[in-house]
Amino acid sequence: MNPNIQATNRTELPEAPLLRVENLKTYYPLRRGTFGRAAGFVRAVDGVSLDVYRGETMGIVGESGCGKSTLGRTILRLEPSREGRIYLGGEEIASYSQRRMRPLRPRMQMIFQDPFASLNPRKTVRDLLAEPPIAHGLADRRSVQSRVGRLLEWVGLPKTALDRYPHEFSGGQRQRIGIARALSLEPELIVCDEPVSALDVSVQAQILNLLKDLQEELKLTCLFIAHGLGAVSYLSSRVAVMYLGKIVEIGPKEDLIGRPLHPYTRLLWNSNPVSDPRLRERDRTLPAGDPPSPANPPPGCRFHPRCPYASRKCREEEPPLAGGRHAVACHYPLD
Amino acid sequence: MNASTGAGGGAAVRPKAITGVAADSSAPESGARTIWRRFARHRLAVAGLIVTALLILTAILAPYLTPHSPYAVTASFSAAPSADHWLGTDPVGRDVLSRLIAASRVSLLVGFSTVALYMTFGTLVGLISGYAGGWLDSAVMRITDMFMAFPFLMVILVVVSALGAGLSTLIWVLALFSWPAVARLVRSSVLSIKRLDYVRAGVALGLGTPRILFGHILPNALGPIIVNATFGVASAIVSEAGLSFLGMGVQPPTASWGNMLTDAQSLTVLTEQPWLWVPAGSMLLVTVLAINFVGDGLRDALDPKQ
Repeated sequence: MNPNIQATNRTELPEAPLLRVENLKTYYPLRRGTFGRAAGFVRAVDGVSLDVYRGETMGIVGESGCGKSTLGRTILRLEPSREGRIYLGGEEIASYSQRRMRPLRPRMQMIFQDPFASLNPRKTVRDLLAEPPIAHGLADRRSVQSRVGRLLEWVGLPKTALDRYPHEFSGGQRQRIGIARALSLEPELIVCDEPVSALDVSVQAQILNLLKDLQEELKLTCLFIAHGLGAVSYLSSRVAVMYLGKIVEIGPKEDLIGRPLHPYTRLLWNSNPVSDPRLRERDRTLPAGDPPSPANPPPGCRFHPRCPYASRKCREEEPPLAGGRHAVACHYPLD
Repeated sequence: MNASTGAGGGAAVRPKAITGVAADSSAPESGARTIWRRFARHRLAVAGLIVTALLILTAILAPYLTPHSPYAVTASFSAAPSADHWLGTDPVGRDVLSRLIAASRVSLLVGFSTVALYMTFGTLVGLISGYAGGWLDSAVMRITDMFMAFPFLMVILVVVSALGAGLSTLIWVLALFSWPAVARLVRSSVLSIKRLDYVRAGVALGLGTPRILFGHILPNALGPIIVNATFGVASAIVSEAGLSFLGMGVQPPTASWGNMLTDAQSLTVLTEQPWLWVPAGSMLLVTVLAINFVGDGLRDALDPKQ
């Protein structure tokens, strides 16, 4: 990543970022044969750098398979990184062992995508919410009860929910439980991994509103991962667009939406469904198509096979992410 | 998981986002209740459970139920059933009914303690192996392969003749050869469960490995373990009987259904003195069937796909 960006960012926002990711790479080996030699790698995250400042929400958008969820999980050290550094409040954690990570876990939490898979079906809501503080010695069995009650209040669940099991709740309610669990350790950073995409549309708005209220009340710092623009633009102050494991454009939300510089960003915005047919006039110059495999990314600019403006330079030379607050990785940015 | 039961539905659109979505008031069915309801649908399983319970009761109360001492020798050898000896006497002159009742203790003791022993060990090994993965997992799995490749009966015969036959030898030997199958079963459940988000959530929450293994993974892998344990009891009882029949298991004068059947090795006994082997054989058959029916019922009741 271009060091200038960090420099500019730092001069404009004087404090140090809560989360800094430098050149992070997460590869999955493709194993073949009996002895499982790595025959190649899926480059899920391939050199991502970004800063997230206290109190802000950074949105990450991109198609399925672009590595955005893997990025979130790698930052939380749930996936092993291959290269790169992760700083949480200045402390480099990518090299830490899982044991060494444990005392840091309360500082960063995750809200999972699928509320049906992320809650242990054999535990009551009370146990789900009380276990983390007890395990970290933040509360004992008695004092944790008031904490659990407060969490339920925050996420808008009734006290009667406490002694029920996850399967007795609807998707939206379960996601509230998941949010309460993430808040149970009073984290500084929350990674929201597509927290509403598994929910009914009518419930999505409720959960987004809940997240927004919590964000304001608790001054949370979030990394908000989504594949669509809607949720991200509602909650984020800055947005990063990912394509095949890389950030192709990053900047303040208004700039990215109002004046996208990368052809892929524009494609992504244009593919957002519009309910009113009269508003459907739009730029159709960009082909939809599917992204290439992250196991074998194209040379040069990774977007060139789908890009209508691709030139020879795009096919041969990979563009660096460059620019100030609004940075783009494109040889011929739109404008 | 059955998502439609319980407090579903009510979520829909509410005027304000943070208003709580009340769960419905009717008391939900607990997990154990659902399992019992499903189990009770199987007539045979319920019958099996009743028979098994009676057998356990008999084994516990054995000293009070036997009409004679199982070791007392009388003057009548291989006598046919009579008012005094309801099931006759054996070739040494002991009361068959009393020995039958005393033997239920031995059989159930072997069945349950063998299973308790190897289930505990196998589950522990499977949990750790599956969760740790990597070289540890490979090493443990090769060890289980080795155990499973051994000609089980032959090794038992060798071990028993080396260490001397006896109840505890029998239990240890049976357990020694049964844990690998359990370890593999548990490992395969762990492999699928550890990929689920709630286990990752446990890691993200910074819960310790023992907490994740025993609090989050094990309870969700318990179904197949319980079913396997039930069938294991029946199979340990059969193995005990088989080895005792061959003289390698429980040694006389201690009574076991297996060594009571030893008498049936003679053709005269087989054809003309059925009281010497029919009762022991029938008890074995009934016990194993009953326990297997319970296992079948449990398997269906614990199957989440139903």
